Amino acid sequence: MKLPADLKYTASHEWVRVEPDGVVTIGITDHAQEALGDIVFLELPTEGTKIAAGKALAVIESVKAASDIYAPISGEILEINEQLADEPGAVNADPYAAWLLKMKPSSEAEFASLMDAEAYRQSIGS
Amino acid sequence: MSALKFAKALPASTFARSAAQRAYSAAATGEALKKTVLHDYHVENGGKMVPFAGWSMPVQYSNLGVGASHNWTRNNASVFDVSHMLATRITGKDRVKFYETITVADIENLPVGSSTLSVFTNENGGIIDDTIICKHQDSLYVVSNAGCADKDLAHIRAHLKAFQNKGGDVDLKIIDDHQLIAIQGPKAAAVIEELVGKSLQDFPFMDGRFMTIKGIECHVARSGYTGEDGFEISVPNSDAVEFTKMLIADPRVELAGLGARDSLRLEAGLCLYGNDLDETTTPVEAGLTWTIGKRRRAEGGFLGAEKIQEQLKNGVTRRRIGLVVQGAPAREGAPIYANGELVGKVTSGCPSPSTKKNVAMGYVKNGVHKSGTELEVEVRGRKQKAVVTKMPFVPAGYHKV
Repeated sequence: MKLPADLKYTASHEWVRVEPDGVVTIGITDHAQEALGDIVFLELPTEGTKIAAGKALAVIESVKAASDIYAPISGEILEINEQLADEPGAVNADPYAAWLLKMKPSSEAEFASLMDAEAYRQSIGS
Repeated sequence: MSALKFAKALPASTFARSAAQRAYSAAATGEALKKTVLHDYHVENGGKMVPFAGWSMPVQYSNLGVGASHNWTRNNASVFDVSHMLATRITGKDRVKFYETITVADIENLPVGSSTLSVFTNENGGIIDDTIICKHQDSLYVVSNAGCADKDLAHIRAHLKAFQNKGGDVDLKIIDDHQLIAIQGPKAAAVIEELVGKSLQDFPFMDGRFMTIKGIECHVARSGYTGEDGFEISVPNSDAVEFTKMLIADPRVELAGLGARDSLRLEAGLCLYGNDLDETTTPVEAGLTWTIGKRRRAEGGFLGAEKIQEQLKNGVTRRRIGLVVQGAPAREGAPIYANGELVGKVTSGCPSPSTKKNVAMGYVKNGVHKSGTELEVEVRGRKQKAVVTKMPFVPAGYHKV
């Protein structure tokens, strides 16, 4: 199970990377993609949408079921990964390269609530 | 909506939101889950166990995802533990007469050694359960859904008692000393042929035979729930694990769970009781008129016959259809619209691993049910184009003699 040390994580299995310009990139963890199985469809929010931390941000569909992805932090959607529309399986292939979207955070103070790789590893018991 | 919040239980919680939702609810009552003889074997082989119809059953195995397991079954062969299903043996000289009072099947004219899909109906013509009835020389072998086992037995026994009280000679025995193991897929026949050392070319689909496989006395039904050729094999409890190991030892065979079983049956256009069939739905509405023998349509004599005969004469107001849906997959409960008007709802749906399209089945008003009709299905508040499509969604692989 890959858990890059330079990323932050949530208990609901999203990863967060804070870019040098303050923008955050968001995806789902290796653990989440494995548990979901073959991802066949992603429903991502439109750019400009404002969302609060913990709210449903996107939907990922596998053969089995539809699962919600939650906003790790509050902010505004700046960009979504358009390539995933044609190739949702990229999230299974490399969940850390296949980012879902980029957000402009409304408060950097929320970063403190995110877990580091070790804390996330413990939270999933692996 | 919190499937991902509970990752450790993810297979269970995500699957619980999909097709078999009602059947899973049994787990919430806190009753201990029943285990099949193969339970520990599943766990040892990476089975992710989930509650299903009061049983602990594998939803998938660690070596294959649901999509991969689905595709393996379509191309090779997979073994499914279906021992949770209710198997009964019906004896007595009036057994056919009795079963024709509670099902729509023409058992009288069913050849010995053959089986048929049928339904138990209620007084209103609604479907209590769907079932496979196999006719043998001295008995009927009847398999129905695990999730309906209690109510099926209560229903059958009530009518059985009344029938016996009028002097009818019939008896029902639950078969609990055998496990039911299915092997499904285009290579299933070759695997079984190798084990029995003879060709099964002359064994028609939907026939059932008593056979000895590597010294184990089995009942072999050439049938299944995947749209493929295959067998459902009743094996003595004491031999069930060894028998399964023997199947799995063949490199053409993998274990498969409830996840693949659901997407396979949906692509094959086969109904899941509780989703696509229920007590308010008649076999005519469900597109199962073909299960009502010609003689039965004319003579009636089963529960709800008046309602069903009336529908056969005058038509129905709603019908089961197949849909191919654009955009996001439509799942159970999604509303269906025709020109903006609500005309029905989806009862099962998933992304189809074989066709790479979103497939679904559901019920719509009569009139918008014809193949090629363009409808809309609402998924998360958005209306998406959906086209009524003839089922099965994939060509059937049933063996023809």
